[in-house]
Amino acid sequence: MKAPALEFHRPDTVEAAVAILAEGDGAARILAGGQSLVPMLNLRVAFAETLVDIGAIRELAAIEDAGDHIRLGARVSHARIEDGEADGHCSGMLRHVARNIAYRAVRNRGTLGGSLAHADPAADWPVAMIALGVDVEISGSNGNRKLPVEEFMVDVFTTALQEDEILTGICIPKACPDLRWSFHKMRKKAGAFGEAIAAAVHDPESGFCRVVAGSSAIGGPQRLNLLETALQEGPADDDAIRDALTRTIGPLDRYEMQIHTVCLRRAIEEVRT
Amino acid sequence: MTRKDTGVGASLLRREDARFLEGRGRFIGDIEIPGMLDVAFLRSPLAHARIASIDTPEDADGRVFTAADLSDVKLVPPASKVPGHRIVAPPPMASNRARYVGEIVAACIAPTRAEAEDLVETLAPDFEMLPVIASMDDALSEDGPRLYDDWDSNVSMETGFDSGIDEIIANAPVKVTRVLDMARQAMVPLEGKGVLAYWSERDDQLVVYSSTQSPHQIRTALCEALGLQQRQIRVIAPDVGGGFGYKAILHPEEVIVAALALKTGQPLRWLEDRFEHLTAGANAREHRYEMNAYADDRGRVLAIDAKLTTDGGAYSVWPHTNGFDAIQASGILTGPYDIGGYRVKTQTVVTNKPPLSPYRAVARPGACFAIECTMDAVARAVGRDPAEVRLDNLVKPEAMPYKAITGKEYDSGDYPACLRRAMEMVAEAPKTPAPGRLLGTGYAIYTEHTAVSTSTISHIGIPMMPGFEQAAALMQPDGSLELRVGVQSHGQGMETTMAQIASQVLGMEPDRVVLRHGDTGLSPFSTGTYASRAIVMTGGAVAAACDKISVKLREIAAHLMQCEPSAVRLEDGLLKGPSATMTIADAAETWHFRPYELPDDVLRDGLEVTGGYRPDGDKGPFAYAAHAATVSVDPELGTVELIDYVAVDDCGTRVNPMIVDGQVLGGVVQGIGTGLFEESPFDDQGQPLATTFADYSLPTAAETPMIRLDHSETQSPYTRFGVKGVGEGGAIAPPAAVINAINDALRPLGAELCAVPATPKRVLGAIFDAQDRAKADLETAK
Repeated sequence: MKAPALEFHRPDTVEAAVAILAEGDGAARILAGGQSLVPMLNLRVAFAETLVDIGAIRELAAIEDAGDHIRLGARVSHARIEDGEADGHCSGMLRHVARNIAYRAVRNRGTLGGSLAHADPAADWPVAMIALGVDVEISGSNGNRKLPVEEFMVDVFTTALQEDEILTGICIPKACPDLRWSFHKMRKKAGAFGEAIAAAVHDPESGFCRVVAGSSAIGGPQRLNLLETALQEGPADDDAIRDALTRTIGPLDRYEMQIHTVCLRRAIEEVRT
Repeated sequence: MTRKDTGVGASLLRREDARFLEGRGRFIGDIEIPGMLDVAFLRSPLAHARIASIDTPEDADGRVFTAADLSDVKLVPPASKVPGHRIVAPPPMASNRARYVGEIVAACIAPTRAEAEDLVETLAPDFEMLPVIASMDDALSEDGPRLYDDWDSNVSMETGFDSGIDEIIANAPVKVTRVLDMARQAMVPLEGKGVLAYWSERDDQLVVYSSTQSPHQIRTALCEALGLQQRQIRVIAPDVGGGFGYKAILHPEEVIVAALALKTGQPLRWLEDRFEHLTAGANAREHRYEMNAYADDRGRVLAIDAKLTTDGGAYSVWPHTNGFDAIQASGILTGPYDIGGYRVKTQTVVTNKPPLSPYRAVARPGACFAIECTMDAVARAVGRDPAEVRLDNLVKPEAMPYKAITGKEYDSGDYPACLRRAMEMVAEAPKTPAPGRLLGTGYAIYTEHTAVSTSTISHIGIPMMPGFEQAAALMQPDGSLELRVGVQSHGQGMETTMAQIASQVLGMEPDRVVLRHGDTGLSPFSTGTYASRAIVMTGGAVAAACDKISVKLREIAAHLMQCEPSAVRLEDGLLKGPSATMTIADAAETWHFRPYELPDDVLRDGLEVTGGYRPDGDKGPFAYAAHAATVSVDPELGTVELIDYVAVDDCGTRVNPMIVDGQVLGGVVQGIGTGLFEESPFDDQGQPLATTFADYSLPTAAETPMIRLDHSETQSPYTRFGVKGVGEGGAIAPPAAVINAINDALRPLGAELCAVPATPKRVLGAIFDAQDRAKADLETAK
């Protein structure tokens, strides 16, 4: 399968990219690493009249220390995170998540911002980012705004981005060095999307605490507030996890309930011990 | 007359690898013909539909073609001698009814593939949905839809065999019953299918480049379809990136591209992409076995009573039909065992899926899965170790040649020794379970009729029966040698092994030998590369051709040395007479350039010969192997990690042991795919659910443990050098070994899995079933 003809732009500033998006009237799409968009264009299940390649916008590739948080440019690749460029924060959780995304060839090109903006329900970063309570920065024709990532992730393949907006950066709060985290992904084989993902994070200093599950079967990342007490005060038994899943997501079949429950239980236990 | 360093038995590096590893291979996708256009197809989006109409844009004349434009193309129906076998050949394009998702409905041509796909999108087909037969159960439902209006059922073929087992059944103390399912899958060669065709005015020939295993077969079929003489089509298989059977059948795309190249006068090319392959090419396996084993209380199996159903898909592929899987599985279902009673019924049903096609080892992975899982179930029923029960049931070496109840004659081998070696290798590397994981080891052993001979399959009646094989050997004036063979090497390493055989017979360096293959314009006729036949059949023919060359060289040398030909020996590439020695090059050069040194009646027919081969007595060899898999199962998630794999095989004499290792390793990994990962599921509307690699899981290095190999070499009494074929074997045992290992691991839970691939969902399903049974038992007990 080959994509139909399309217009291609490679601006070198965020402003120029936003201007092209605004002109595109909804038919322009941002090309970051292209690891999801390009196959979808080729299969003709995604369409764009105009592609705006952000690969030449240098500021989007920056990693900077911004005081109380670390800011990753939206087109920082999974591979750079895997290789430790954003390490020293989150006690290695970023590195762990990055290392288990698809294959190295995909990680070399795929980006953190691209993953969030694509909003694939089975993707790893949305789960991890919600668990870490990050904010995302957005630029558009009407200026800049900042959102908590769980507000950014609206639904399956849907984000809060307007047609003329670009996700520019991800602000990850600095956690205490004793941050406890766990990220469990059950998959059919190495490199495959997760069948069930569970993340648990607990910052003993600030008391920050989150439990998030994700997968296509449960419609993308789901924060499970009901389990956050268990994470702090514990223990979380399977009945409590099943109850939290059902009340948050609705009924699941026996297989889905089992794998999500087990991943969540293992994640919570790992953080608690 | 032998060279141990470069002849039969030498592990020479593969001569073809340098060009592949450096990206210098030449595949269909690398070939450019001036003026060439690309073809894209409109394929049916529905599994069963009436095609009411297809509107094409007005300016698309000469660029869009439908079945109506191919009305002069004849159908090429496969043949069958099975009584009552109902066969429908796939039409190149569906005319008024489409019968599977991906069936071709129209062809569009344009300068690039992307533009051809744009053109496809401008077509406005009007499909009317028809009721769908999406599974074997749908096909067999009494009041369900019928795929063919004039058929009274969806059963295409039924076969049966009964050695008379009623008495055994009545008296056997142990009966074990299992229903075993093997899923449908795709073959997924690295290189997809591809075809390129153009008319060559100078040669008065249609030149067809095809990514095929069987150039002469395809030529025969295309001539039939297009009404051309066989001299008018040249089929060339350039470098081919894996075949596995997918490229041993006639594809509709080959017919369409060839027909349209003739019709338009333009060079046309079609390259299959992965989406097409995983959709229209989801055509392999899908067997269901209902196995009943009758045994004594030690687990000695007395009789097998089996029923096999295969999902044949919508049509019968040429040349094998949809019945090949059922026929082959039922012919080898008793495996390497000495079993006295056998009854089997098979039925092949038609459904709204791609037509079933033979995949590496055809039905043996299914048959091995069925008998080997049953063997484990028998062992469990009598409370004995499955490997020990196997040893009691295997054909003993002293019984060779052994006539099986199926009528097959197993030629040679020591099956129990092979299994014992695998058991030893397992014991040499004991494993300990990780916390929370269950460990299990499973065995599977098979025997495989390789290089199937005429008598073996003549009862099937396929149109192109293998039998004789030929090879041409052309001695060049400088003493180098060109071999020309009709088989096609697409991973088997024949450019190396055939040169080794020439080296063995003529004593020359393999570097002085070249193999030309896969081109009807160059080589003698062959039915092609399949059924693990090339090293037996073509190897035999190459040796025969080299024998003839040897006689001729010695005749020349005898004249030049003034002695009798019988006094000349060919050793280490030298012709040695009683008083003199000369090189092969000296002899060849004399005949070509210095005829005045020879009498005018010597060797008039020259130094270019064709040698032939057919196994003695038309018998085929049986290669065999014992495999052992060890798995670590996470019983909470149903995930399976393969942590050890052992394969001990015997393929007779190994012409190149390193290449044999490669064939076995590749086969094992493909078999692991069948056992653990690969599946082409369809929903109840016949829609394929795994159409990209995101959903179709292939095993990779990460899922494959270090595979430990060992070999024995029992020479076949029937073949040149005692070789047996090895191309398919590795893929046969893994599904069975893996499932037996998983069931060994699941024993403490009382769970048993009877289906492949063993996805986490299936493994957990088996565990849930066991939990439900335990709960129900508890309720009853209360």
